[in-house]
Amino acid sequence: MTTTLPEGFIIPDFGPTTTRREPEAGTAAAPSASTAPVPAGPRKIAFICSKGNLDMAYPALIMGNAALGEGVEVHIFFTFWGLDIVNMKTNHKLQFTLAANTAMHMPDLGRLRPGLEHASMPQALGNLPGMTGYATRMMKRMMAQEDVPDVPEFLDLMQAAGAHMYACKLTFDMMKLLEADMHPGVEGVISAADFIEISEGAQVIFV
Amino acid sequence: MPTNQLNGRTFEVDAEGFFTKRDEWDEALAADLAPLIGIELDEAHLAPLRFMREDSKKTGVTPTLRRMQTVGGFQVKELFDLYPGKPAKKMAWLAGLPKPVGCV
Repeated sequence: MTTTLPEGFIIPDFGPTTTRREPEAGTAAAPSASTAPVPAGPRKIAFICSKGNLDMAYPALIMGNAALGEGVEVHIFFTFWGLDIVNMKTNHKLQFTLAANTAMHMPDLGRLRPGLEHASMPQALGNLPGMTGYATRMMKRMMAQEDVPDVPEFLDLMQAAGAHMYACKLTFDMMKLLEADMHPGVEGVISAADFIEISEGAQVIFV
Repeated sequence: MPTNQLNGRTFEVDAEGFFTKRDEWDEALAADLAPLIGIELDEAHLAPLRFMREDSKKTGVTPTLRRMQTVGGFQVKELFDLYPGKPAKKMAWLAGLPKPVGCV
C-alpha cells in the first residue's frame, strides 16, 4: 500500500501530519511551498474575552472553535465581565441589549415595509422595560436557527475539542467568584502575567 | 476540474483536492487514501465516515463536527483523537465529500 503521494496528486492541506511528496533531487533551491517561510511552531491563537453580553460571548467561541478544527492551539482568557461566559451561574442567561448598539436592525420589519429591515432601532427603545429580554430571546432564536449552540453547550464543545480556558485571578478576587461555579473546561484561575507567558508566540485577539 | 489517480482509480477533485463527485468514492478508495494522511482505516475510523455519507446524502452538505455529535452521536473529543489536527476536513476528504463549510 502506498504512503507517498503519486505524481500530480492534489491533496488538501491537512497540516504538518500530511505525507508530503519529497522534493526532487537538485530542485531544493527552487521556489515552492516547501521553501516558503514557515512559522517556528504550530499556529497558536489566544483570545481575551472581556465582555459578558450575549453577542460578545460568541466571537471568541465561534472563531476559537473554527481554529481548533483547523488544528490550531487555542487559549482563552476570561476577564472582567467576560467571566460571566464561563460562570455556570450566569452563562446560561447572558443577555443582549439594544442600548448603545446603533447596528441593531430587525429583519422581520422588512415584511412590514421593504427597507425597514435596514433601519437602525431608536436608542430609546433599548431603555423600555422588557426590551433587553425581548432582544435576547430574538438573538437566541436567530442563533438557534443557524444551529449555533447556546453558551454552556458551546463551552462543552470547546473543551472536547481541546481549548485551553482560564479565568482572570484579579477579577475572580474582585467579584468574589467561586471555582466551583466555573465551567469544567476552565483549567485554572491565573494572573495576567501567567496569561502573557501562556500566550507567547500566539496571535492575540481581544474581544 | 483536476483529477487524482491512486492505485489505478481516477477521481475528480476541486482545486484543493476535495472530491467533487460523491459517486466516485467507495470504502476501498478510502482505505487507500487513509495512509496518505497517516491514518489506518479501522472500524472506529470508518463509522463517522459512513455517517457523513448517509447524512450528506439527505442534506446535500458535508456535516460539521457539531452535527456529527448532535445527530450522529459521535463525541467531538473522539473525533479529534481519531483524526488529529483537522478532523472535519480529514473526514470529509476520506468520505469523498466536499470541504465542510459550516462555521460551527
